[in-house]
Amino acid sequence: MRNSRHHPRGRLLSLTTIILLFTIGSEAQTTFPVNGVADPRVGCYAFTHATLVKDGQTTMSDATLVIRDGLIVSAGSAAPPTDAVVIDCGGKYIYPSFIDIYSDYGIPVIERGAGRPAFDFRAPAQIASNTKGAYNWNQAIHPETDAARLFVVDDAKARPLREIGFGTVLSHLKDGIARGTGVVVTLANEKENLVVVKQRASANYSLNKGTSTQSYPSSLMGSIALLRQTYLDAQWYKSLPAHEGTNLSLQAWNEEQSLPQLFDGGDKWGDLQGDRIGDEFGVQYIIKAGGNEYQRMQPIIATKAAYIIPLNFPQGMDVEDPGDARYVSLADMKHWEMAPTNPGAFEKAGITFCLTAADMRDTKQFFANLRKAFEYGLSENKALDALTRTPATLIGVYDKVGSLDAGKLANFLITNGPIFNEKTSIVENWIQGKKYGVKEEAWKDVKGLYNLAVTVAGGATGNYTLDVKSPTSASIIGKDTLGAKFSYDGVLISLSYPVQAGGRGGEAQAGGRRAGGRVAAATHLSGVVNGAIWNGSGTDSAGNPVVWTATFTKATPPPPDTARKRVARIGKVLYPFDGYGWDSLPKQQDLLIRNATVWTNEKEGRLANTDVLVRAGKIVKIGKGLSAAGAIAIDGTGKYLTPGIIDEHSHIAAFSINEGAQSVTSEVRIADNLNPEDINIYRQLAGGVTSSHILHGSANTIGGQTQLIKLRWGADDEGLKFRNWDPFIKFALGENVKRTTSTNNNRFPDTRMGVEEVLMDAFTRARDYQQQRKTAPGATRRDLELDALVEILEHKRFITCHSYVQSEITALMRVAEKFGFRVNTFTHILEGYKVADKMKEHGASVSTFSDWWAYKMEVQDAIAYNATIMQRVGLNVCINSDDAEQARHLNQEAAKSVKYGGMSEEDAFKMVTLNPAKALHVADRVGSIKEGKDADLVLWNDNPLSIYAIPQKTIVDGIVYFDIDRDAELRKNIAAERNRLVQKLIAEKRSGSAMAPATPSYHIELSCGDHGRHEGLLTIDEQDGDEGKSATIDATN
Amino acid sequence: MKRSIYILAISFLATATLKAQDDVYPAKPYKGKLFITGGTIHVGNGQVIEGGSIEVDNGKIIRVGAGLTPAGDARVVDAKGKQVYPGLILPVTDLGLKEIGSGVRGSNDFQEISDIDPSIRSIVAYNTDSKIINTLKANGVLLAGVTPEGGTISGSSTVVQLDAWNWEDAAYKMDNAIHITLPSFISRPRRFGGGGRQGAQPPTDAVKEALAKVDEIRTFFREAKAYLAESSHKEINLKFEAIKGLFGKQQKLFVHGDQLKQMLVAVDMAKEFGFDVTIVGGSECWLIADLLKQNNISVVLQQTNSLPTTEDDDYDQPFRTPAILQKAGVLFAINDGHEETRYRNLMFNAGVAAAHGLTKEQALQAITLNSAKILGVDDRTGSLEAGKDANLVISDGDILDIRTSIIEHAFIQGREVSLENKQTQLYHRYMTKYGL
Repeated sequence: MRNSRHHPRGRLLSLTTIILLFTIGSEAQTTFPVNGVADPRVGCYAFTHATLVKDGQTTMSDATLVIRDGLIVSAGSAAPPTDAVVIDCGGKYIYPSFIDIYSDYGIPVIERGAGRPAFDFRAPAQIASNTKGAYNWNQAIHPETDAARLFVVDDAKARPLREIGFGTVLSHLKDGIARGTGVVVTLANEKENLVVVKQRASANYSLNKGTSTQSYPSSLMGSIALLRQTYLDAQWYKSLPAHEGTNLSLQAWNEEQSLPQLFDGGDKWGDLQGDRIGDEFGVQYIIKAGGNEYQRMQPIIATKAAYIIPLNFPQGMDVEDPGDARYVSLADMKHWEMAPTNPGAFEKAGITFCLTAADMRDTKQFFANLRKAFEYGLSENKALDALTRTPATLIGVYDKVGSLDAGKLANFLITNGPIFNEKTSIVENWIQGKKYGVKEEAWKDVKGLYNLAVTVAGGATGNYTLDVKSPTSASIIGKDTLGAKFSYDGVLISLSYPVQAGGRGGEAQAGGRRAGGRVAAATHLSGVVNGAIWNGSGTDSAGNPVVWTATFTKATPPPPDTARKRVARIGKVLYPFDGYGWDSLPKQQDLLIRNATVWTNEKEGRLANTDVLVRAGKIVKIGKGLSAAGAIAIDGTGKYLTPGIIDEHSHIAAFSINEGAQSVTSEVRIADNLNPEDINIYRQLAGGVTSSHILHGSANTIGGQTQLIKLRWGADDEGLKFRNWDPFIKFALGENVKRTTSTNNNRFPDTRMGVEEVLMDAFTRARDYQQQRKTAPGATRRDLELDALVEILEHKRFITCHSYVQSEITALMRVAEKFGFRVNTFTHILEGYKVADKMKEHGASVSTFSDWWAYKMEVQDAIAYNATIMQRVGLNVCINSDDAEQARHLNQEAAKSVKYGGMSEEDAFKMVTLNPAKALHVADRVGSIKEGKDADLVLWNDNPLSIYAIPQKTIVDGIVYFDIDRDAELRKNIAAERNRLVQKLIAEKRSGSAMAPATPSYHIELSCGDHGRHEGLLTIDEQDGDEGKSATIDATN
Repeated sequence: MKRSIYILAISFLATATLKAQDDVYPAKPYKGKLFITGGTIHVGNGQVIEGGSIEVDNGKIIRVGAGLTPAGDARVVDAKGKQVYPGLILPVTDLGLKEIGSGVRGSNDFQEISDIDPSIRSIVAYNTDSKIINTLKANGVLLAGVTPEGGTISGSSTVVQLDAWNWEDAAYKMDNAIHITLPSFISRPRRFGGGGRQGAQPPTDAVKEALAKVDEIRTFFREAKAYLAESSHKEINLKFEAIKGLFGKQQKLFVHGDQLKQMLVAVDMAKEFGFDVTIVGGSECWLIADLLKQNNISVVLQQTNSLPTTEDDDYDQPFRTPAILQKAGVLFAINDGHEETRYRNLMFNAGVAAAHGLTKEQALQAITLNSAKILGVDDRTGSLEAGKDANLVISDGDILDIRTSIIEHAFIQGREVSLENKQTQLYHRYMTKYGL
């Protein structure tokens, strides 16, 4: 029994077999000529006495798998055909080979162009695509890419995948936004023609422009807009519009819409961004997850998508040096700890998912990581499904692969135990009926005791006991127990051992070496496995030739498979996923703030010793001596209660801010790429901010659509949005849009003359488009860029415009007036005081810095009295931050108008509360303390305009999102949790695990592009419109 | 507040015609006596004298105290109800070297291209006609440490007073400190490419590179020391000659760096060479306050209103750092390095520190006497004490609190300096336009 593998039973060819062979022979015709003698084979094998795991649900013991000509003939109890090579698989398990549908196996890597990889604010722009031919205008949209045409067999890449059990992959070009079709191939080392299972099995997308050198899109929101616009363009192209000519890309796009649509989400927020695009165009993507979805399962479930989950858990970091550890965020350490819970979280949520080995640093870690996932909640059955049936079903090839059923490809694994057990090895991976050895030596368990007889030629025989512990270790038991050097590869044996204990077999030992360096005093044997008896020849310690045999006598019981650990303690998921997050989202409660000095911003002015009652997120009563059953009482004695601060100009809480690649980008939307986990949200709550207007940057004349948010710390991106507000858009004028800092600008415009022309041109085009949409709605291509401009023309969208000098301010007002609309807000507006009367007449609000100046040419005439003058001329004046740090003390910024020009305290404070509410058309809900308005409130310990004032509580919609006492608790928790994780990482290092160097958790600070502040050591200022997806770069993935 | 408008209006009326900035003159020397009386005197060393007086003669403070009477020929300034402070000191700045930060290269002279170049002297490029200077005086800042920035060893700074016709007049203490900037010990990821979501490239070993640079700096100092031990040389080395004062502590060594490891290197350098070391920046100095105290290292904190270093740090860490240094007994000054407001909020950086653990007088000291000590000019300024220059300001109210920080008079070496500047002039011009 021990050595019966590959042992054909002798038999005669029967007539029927001959007939069968002929039949198959004719089916096996190919166009390829043979050089030499034809060698047709049917490859009929029967694997008997195996435990057949047909799929995640069906397991049969002592069963037989029959394959022929690369296909499964039967799996079950059928007797082996007479022409089958019979392989006894007693004790073995057979599984369908795994399937990875997120692979780029066999697809050549495309190098980045020689130029800069991405848009650079200071370098010349690449306006047009570099792709030659009748293709799409944008280089990142190449749906015509056909992976089947690119695919070449690459055995060096296939082998590591086969070794971890994969037999089939869906491969595509992982580059660009529309990436083209994927091809299903096996990992067999055969001619390409034979391994392609399905030529076009998927269409693939991402929001990453990849190697495209074209400037557009240069931001995440630009990628989103481009993908959306391409859906519209392709729809329109179906009518073969004359002016478009032939567009092979859009043609290919339309042809591949019926295939499974795969979207690379990249992380939890990217998954949601993709799903929303899909929803808009009636597409349900299969989403490639990023690995951190466990941090936000609710919206992930709501996508109703199937997911492809990577197993590339982050490597632990070496944080033994506290100086290094300090720069690794708690969030990164927590993710290291919790990433293995991701697959289990999907299973628990009942989401359809498959697993991928893509993105893994080292595919050898696949099973180790899988076992980690088991420890953290993934079940083995689900894992097997996720590697076989589910992926095959998702891409429509379950009729060919994914289970051990007759008619499917003979892709299967032979293992020496249940596949997910730690001690189990994959012995062979058969693909299309051909064997690929993985760990042949594991076929047979050689562990056990053997009688070793060593006979010197014509002399004495020495008898020993050989204790084989594994295919690589053994010892000799004679008078002493001698460590031996042993190896067994499934066929050949090599064994050496010293004369006496103390020496290691085959190596230098006491007594030294002989001259010439030959190792002294050891017996060296080699031989072959021959059934239960091994034999061969060698030399003894004196150099005499010997022959030897080893006869199996007794098995040693295998150690039990290590029980699956259940993890003792891991941290909690926090919302947001960092130290300042909540372990469950806070809920509205009734609040009664008692006996505070209330700055109402209403005609009542400041009320001393006053109570404010909040119910269901609204201010319901203001008065003295209020009481309310069930309301949480907050003592305001000696404190000041004000409306929450509203920042008219902010760039926090977004993954990208500037789509600077074109002068008109009204199609992009900040709302598409909100980052609800930006720590600046929390920090600004601590500065009394409750609403922020998140603006596009100032890289171009017509920037993107803005988003007003409330700082609901812990909410997801949808939850941040200020509901029911009038949509706005960001415009910009002057130095930034004419790219003053570039020495070789090639993007129009280069002067303020050109800026005005860009505006005239855009609105002229928008007006024509508006007309065409009305007269010929069917024939007019929907243009997302012009849609937004038409909304402006129709007074449905409002402009906030970055502007500085008086000439450009006036020019924009005149353009607007020509087209019959008004500029809603001039922002920055540092020369506003020069044309305050004109702006008042035009009807604009203004939003400015308190005292910024002299950081560039166009702010040489900026004065700190600007706000005061404009306010006295009668404008609605706001003070804004434009800066994540400055937003933390907008109350101080407002106070500067008291200093410069003597504005009253009440008026000054309105500039950061009620006035921005008016400018943003939300003064009916926020900006003052008035019954019926939203309970967005700040409780201060001092006069809020004083530099000594510190917010004690910041309340949004009646929820206390910042509380100085809770903050003190969080500091303790963060310290404790950091310490726990650092200790755990150090223990991991001590246990011998490979560790990554401590990698600082950088924060990308997005800004307007207007100023060059450097805040903090771990901050990357992001002004250039580069795509900065992840606020904290996790370099461990 | 009404009063402040009134005062401004008075000052505008005093200027019969509209002045361009070019007409804001440095004050004439004042040799006579000056008597400031009735105000609350904040000495700068923690002491407060209610209803005190300050007597000045020939630009020097002679007496400070309550119950003094003026000499008959003294010019008397009534400060009743006002707050009197030492002139504020901006310790480390590119004032007068950088006029327009972005896009106008010709206006900038703050950063040389050489790497190890201690013989660079900022003072020779200091532009007394910078339009920014007068906005600082208007806020009570009367002295500044004008500092070069380029390379690793950037050169020497000079302390200037802010009311001068030319740089020679402005110089208050020439070449007071040599400035070095330590390399970063933190690996930075590659800038994102179009790939966006991909993680960072494997970082280069920043620590190794930094240590190599530190070794280069150390070697420079060692060779300089050896060179300076010999009195005559066949060939003069200007770079070595430039740091002579460091070894005798006539000059200070200002080490620019925010990171813990940079500061540890600075401490080590102080020990090896016996330099008088000040750390400039020091975001993370709160982690090693006691160590800094033990080694007599002082700190210039760059910006109180700034973001915490790490995501996990307390949101108010930068606000509280001064209080931590105070508690540990570290000599520290507060600076204003804000590029967009151009350094005119120095006193508010101190105010924020006072809101977060410092007393108001401690906060004031961090922008007056402590700064003078660190710059090496405390024998002449930094506090309102007899024997020092009469560098002082009179504010309507608490100078640290924005609402009340309205400067009504400023004196440098006894001369009353103009508080007019380009911004007040434009204010007046447009108030006139609108008839306000």
